[in-house]
Amino acid sequence: MHFDIAALPQQFVNGLTLGGLYALIALGYTLVYGILLMINFAHSEMFMSGAYFGLLWLNILSELSFFTQTAFGLVLLYMASILLAMVMTGLLGVLIERFAYRPLRHAPRLAPLISAIGVSLFLQNAVLLWVSSRSIPFPVKFPVLQYTVARDAAGSLHLLVVGAQEHLTDRLGEGANAILQVSTLQVMIVMTTISLLIVLDTFVSKTRMGRAMRATSQDRDAAGLMGVDINKVIALTFFIGPALGAVAGIFSGMYYGNIKYNMGFIPGIKSFTAAVIGGIGNLRGAMLGGFTLGMIEALAAGFISTGYKDVIAFMILILVLIFRPGGLLGESVVEKV
Amino acid sequence: MGGSKIELRTNVQGSKLTPKLIAIYAAIAVLVVGLPIYFQSTGNVFMVRIFALVGIYVILALGLNIVVGYAGLLDLGYVAFYGMGAYAGVLFGFVFQKLVGGAASPLAEYSYWALIIPATLAGAATGVMLGTPVLRLRGDYLAIVTLGFGEIVRIALTNNILELTNGAAGLPAVGQAIVPAIGQQWVRDTFSTDTFVFSKDLFWYFIIVMLCLFTIFIIRRLDNSRLGRAWVAMREDEVAAASVGINIMTTKLWAFSLGAVWGGIAGITYAYWVGFISPESFNFMESVLIVCMVVLGGMGSIPGAIIGAVIIAGLPEAIRGMAQSEVLSGILTPEQASLVGDYRFLIFGGLMVIMMAVRPQGIFPSTRRARELTSDDVIIAESNTDLWEVEHKTDTPHSL
Repeated sequence: MHFDIAALPQQFVNGLTLGGLYALIALGYTLVYGILLMINFAHSEMFMSGAYFGLLWLNILSELSFFTQTAFGLVLLYMASILLAMVMTGLLGVLIERFAYRPLRHAPRLAPLISAIGVSLFLQNAVLLWVSSRSIPFPVKFPVLQYTVARDAAGSLHLLVVGAQEHLTDRLGEGANAILQVSTLQVMIVMTTISLLIVLDTFVSKTRMGRAMRATSQDRDAAGLMGVDINKVIALTFFIGPALGAVAGIFSGMYYGNIKYNMGFIPGIKSFTAAVIGGIGNLRGAMLGGFTLGMIEALAAGFISTGYKDVIAFMILILVLIFRPGGLLGESVVEKV
Repeated sequence: MGGSKIELRTNVQGSKLTPKLIAIYAAIAVLVVGLPIYFQSTGNVFMVRIFALVGIYVILALGLNIVVGYAGLLDLGYVAFYGMGAYAGVLFGFVFQKLVGGAASPLAEYSYWALIIPATLAGAATGVMLGTPVLRLRGDYLAIVTLGFGEIVRIALTNNILELTNGAAGLPAVGQAIVPAIGQQWVRDTFSTDTFVFSKDLFWYFIIVMLCLFTIFIIRRLDNSRLGRAWVAMREDEVAAASVGINIMTTKLWAFSLGAVWGGIAGITYAYWVGFISPESFNFMESVLIVCMVVLGGMGSIPGAIIGAVIIAGLPEAIRGMAQSEVLSGILTPEQASLVGDYRFLIFGGLMVIMMAVRPQGIFPSTRRARELTSDDVIIAESNTDLWEVEHKTDTPHSL
């Protein structure tokens, strides 16, 4: 235990970044659960595949000089890679739904879960065998700046931007230490996440297709009778969830610097925890849960123990499921006949 | 309901011993006893080890079969019990050595036999400890919680919890020893000839086979018992089972802790056989593999669980092992054989998906479970999904 109140703002920023990633993945779990009442265990592999698709497109598009010569081109390069990876991962999700889950739609509840575990095992090993079993570096081609609040040796506060190749001590002299550092990547992750969340929320609450999704989640049969194409809605759900997961995967690759075939497992379980904290099946709940979990985990890693930070997330999952299975924003579920 | 197909039999497994069955059992017995001895005599110890390992997985699959197959509770953290048994066995072993006066003391050789029951109880205690709070949860939530629990156990072991487990380096640490079980040296001295060594692995293989037979015997008795019928009733319809007087919580807890018992036995046996344990032997992938064995073989079926374990734990390794000896070398090159080993998880993953869609009852299904899972009984299946839908319609208006 080393409680240092001065580290609090930094942990807060780290937690926000982590929370953004969790929220993006948690949306995939919650969307599928809301509509099919099923835990899509393979969703963690969507996150992983997204990162690999992102890397693939980044490598392909980097061959074109248009994307690498100007700063604007670099921005376009990342945007295009992310978009293409989103589409590919989304299509993968739709494909998985079509072949692994649709035949089981009326099967007992555990059947799709077991099938999903199979899909997860399959995808992980497909990447392991056909791409690489080692972790691959994920390139960040633009300069990452650190927006820093620091105190120099004399004790006065400074607000400055530290470049990628510099150290804080180069700018402020020996004895300077940072109070708070926010990197370009963190700003980018949080901004993109929040805008995607707003877009999704608007889509679900305002558009015709979103209304069809809400109707399906409330009562699949009745929605079908009202002319909603159930299969289309489910396919769309399985497109959106993995597409958002892909964004999280790419950001995670950029943030941590590398990607690996089994990178999805732990974030997957944690994001599921986030979805449960917020109330599974509830979109805003998943966003809230993601940021809550990110915050808790950053604080736990900073102030308790990094070795046990995963244990803390799992404990939260178990406790929430036992004591408040409906989550923060969900209704309590009563099993009746 | 389905009608003519359903017949009542008081003794579910009371099939008569026909000559054909006797012949099959005899053939299996000859293979189980003879093959490892043959491999040992050709000096292929690798294959003997695979046989013993498959035996361990048979015990695990049979144990998990109680939880998943009979009681219908998906447990994705079963290795936690396996790990608990192994670590408890080894740690109790150190205490036992202290009590009898050091690892060199002649009594220390009894530690495996003395500790198999305490280690098993440690597994069962873990099962009760985890089961009591979480068994109220619905099926898929339970699966995720058990997964979380399995990971917590692994992370705690890796982080050297209570300064006992020596972290990722595993046990025994420097200066500690797992004393070989008594009998190992005796059989080596007694049964070895000039050309044949009765090795440690062969010795443990036969102990594991005994344990497998014991497990099968107990589980068959359980299957036919009042408790076994309660599990089936509960699995098929929890509410109906409760309404005829089955205490759901107790029944689930029994399933969970009895499953954990076999995890514990397999754990301590593995630890004393291999003589080394580390947290990485008890990771999530192991849990998934054991679930895979039960699903592939056929949930709720004893031969199914055994066949699942043999196929999943044994087949890829056996192909790899035999390609090195002359048996298969004409057909497969060692490179091709090692590819089989590399692709096995990919194949198992695909198999799980295909099995669920095409043959959810598994290769060797229990008759009752097969009736439940196939769509022949349309009436039952449909009415069940309707009930399930209604329940969610009224109680959980999902506001997306």
